Amino acid sequence: MNLFNLSWKNIQIKPLSTLLSLILFGLGVGIITILLLINQQLQEKFQKNLAGVDMVVGAKGSPLQLILSSIYHIDNPTGNISLREAALLKKHPRIAPLIEKTIPLALGDSYKGYRIVGTEHSYVELYDSATAATAKLWQKDLEVTIGAKVAAELQLKAGDEFFSAHGLMDDGHNHEENPLKVVSVLPKTKTVLDQLILTNVSTVRLLHKKPEIEFDEEHEEEEGHDGHDHEGHDHEGHDHDEHDHEHEHEEKKVEPIDLDDPTQGLTSLLVFFRSPMGNLLLPNFINQNTKMQTAAPAYEANRLYEMMGVGTRALQVLAYVIIFISALSVFISLFNSLKDRKYELALMRVMGASRWRLFFLIILEGLMIAILGYLIGLVLSHGGMSIFSGMAEDAYQYSFDGWRFLKDELYILIGALSIGILAAVIPALIAYRVDISETLTK
Amino acid sequence: MLKTNNLSYTYNNSVMIDFPNIDCKAGEHWLLIGQSGTGKTTLLHLLGGLRRTQKGGIEVAGQDLGKLNSDRLDRFRGENIGIVFQQSHFIGSLTVEENLLLALYLAGKKQDKTKVKSLLSRLNLADKLQSKPRQLSQGEQQRVAIARALVTQPKVILADEPTSALDDDNCQEVIQLLETEAKAQNASLLIVTHDQRLKDYFNNTIELTKGKMLKE
Repeated sequence: MNLFNLSWKNIQIKPLSTLLSLILFGLGVGIITILLLINQQLQEKFQKNLAGVDMVVGAKGSPLQLILSSIYHIDNPTGNISLREAALLKKHPRIAPLIEKTIPLALGDSYKGYRIVGTEHSYVELYDSATAATAKLWQKDLEVTIGAKVAAELQLKAGDEFFSAHGLMDDGHNHEENPLKVVSVLPKTKTVLDQLILTNVSTVRLLHKKPEIEFDEEHEEEEGHDGHDHEGHDHEGHDHDEHDHEHEHEEKKVEPIDLDDPTQGLTSLLVFFRSPMGNLLLPNFINQNTKMQTAAPAYEANRLYEMMGVGTRALQVLAYVIIFISALSVFISLFNSLKDRKYELALMRVMGASRWRLFFLIILEGLMIAILGYLIGLVLSHGGMSIFSGMAEDAYQYSFDGWRFLKDELYILIGALSIGILAAVIPALIAYRVDISETLTK
Repeated sequence: MLKTNNLSYTYNNSVMIDFPNIDCKAGEHWLLIGQSGTGKTTLLHLLGGLRRTQKGGIEVAGQDLGKLNSDRLDRFRGENIGIVFQQSHFIGSLTVEENLLLALYLAGKKQDKTKVKSLLSRLNLADKLQSKPRQLSQGEQQRVAIARALVTQPKVILADEPTSALDDDNCQEVIQLLETEAKAQNASLLIVTHDQRLKDYFNNTIELTKGKMLKE
C-alpha cells in the first residue's frame, strides 16, 4: 500500500464522475493531437511532393486548382494548353534564358481511380533520381511505368496489360481499343509518384483523341468548355459512339497534331527557373502574351494552409474549451469528494501521514485522471488518424500514417499533466489544511 | 511512558478544564472516566497530539509533544501512538486488509501481510480480510479499528469511548481484546470514557472533573 495505490483506488470509488472527466479530457487531447497530426503530415506531404517546382503553367482558372491537379494530383485540371503556347517558354528570347527546364504533363485518363500522367522521364527524376537513372521506364506509345502503390493495390506487374478509363474518376468509360502495357514498376517513394501511372504525352493524346465528327452539337460545345476535364455526362456520349470510335482510330493516329488546339496539347508545364527573376517575369509574360496562367506552388500551398487554418483554429478553440471543462469536472469531483473524505484525511493524519502527504495524495488523483485522459486522447487521435487516412486514401489516393508519433505530443503530455495538477491544487490545499481534532470531533 | 503535567484547556475563553496529572508507566492500563463536559475527547486529542496544548506539558515515550513541529508530530504519532475512536472510520476505497497495510505504510513500518493476517484472525476477522469496512457490522468495525491501532505496535494505545456504542456482549469482548492485545505488545493503554461498565476491569482509574466557567 502506498499513496499511488491509494489514489488509484480513490478515483475508482466514484467511477461515473471519473469516467466523465476522462472522456472530456480524452476528447480534448484527442482533438488537439489529431489536428497536429493532420497538419504535420499534410505539410510534409505537400512539401515533399513539391519537389522544387517553382511554377506551374496551365490553362486559366483557379491557380490553386492548377497546383492541386498538376502537383498533388487531387483536383481536376483547369483545362488544356496548346503546344504552340507551351513551346513559348522554351523558345521566346525574353523568358527562355530564365528557365532551367520544364516538364510537360498531360492528364485526363485513369485506371481504377489511379491517374495516368503523360510526361517525360525527367518527371520521375524529380522524386526518385536514382531509379530514374537505372530503371527501364516507358519508351514507346502505350507503354506505362506504374507507381509502387498502384502496383500493390491493383496487383499489376511488368508485362500486364489494362485498358484505361476516360476521366479521372473511377467510373469513367473504358478505352477498350488501346491496351496499355506495364513495362516497369517504380520502387516506393512515399510521394505522389507512388499513385501514378506514367507514360509519354503522346499516349495520353492517343487514348484521348475523340471522334469529334460523330459528336452532336451539344457534345461538341461541352468539349470546348471542358477540354480534358471530363465530367459525368460526356461519357455517355462515348458509350453510344464506341463502335465508330474503333474505325476512326487508325486514321486519326496519323493526322498531324494541331499545335493551336488545346485539346491536342498539354494539361500543364512544371517550370524550374534558372534565376529567381523568373518568379517575377514569367507571370507577366504569360498573362500578357498567352491564354495561359501561372501559379506558384509555394504561394498556393500557403493559401491552402490559411484556408484550413480557420477550421483548424475553430477546432482548436473547441478542444481547449473541452479540456477546460474536463479540468473543471476533475476539480468539482475532487472538491465534492473531499466533503465526504475529510474524516478519512484526518484519520490518515492520525495514522502518521503529514499534511504534505495528503496534499500529494489529492494531486496524484488529479494527475492520474490527466494521464489516463491523455492516453485515451492518444488512442482516439491516432485511431482517428488511421480512419482519416483510409478515407483520404479512398477519396484522393493519399495515405497518412496513423501511428506515427510527434515530439509535440510530448508537449501535450506536459500540458495535460499541468492541467491535472492545476485542477487538483485547491482540493489538495483543503486536504493540507484539514484540522484533525475538529474533524474527528464532528 | 505517558505523563501529563498541570494540563489545562480553555474553550472560547469561557470554560476552563483542569486535567488531573497522569503518570502511566509502560504496560499499565488506565481508565479516565468522566461525565459529558469533563473534556474527555479534548484530553484524548491532546494526549494523541491531535490538538496542541495550551497550558501544561505532555510527555509520551520521553518526548515532549509540544516541542515537535506539525510534520514530526504526525510522524511521531504514527510510530508511537495508536488511537481507537468511538465511531470507527476507515478509508472507504480500501479493504480491511488494505486499511491495515495503509496504517503500516503511513507509520513508516514494514507492510507485513502475514502479521496483518494473524492479527485479524486473533480478532476473529480472518474472513473479512477482503471486505470493505462498510460491509461489516458495528462490532466488527470496532474490532477492525482496534486492529488498525495495534498493527503498528505503538507504545501507547489511546481509546476514546471505544465501547459506548456497543451492547454488553460486544462491550466486554472489545475491552478484553484491548487489554489482551495491549498486554501482548507491552503497550500502555489509556481509555477515556463515561461508560461505567468499564470500571470493574481497571485498577487505575482517574475521575475527570467538570470545567469551570471563567468570569467575563
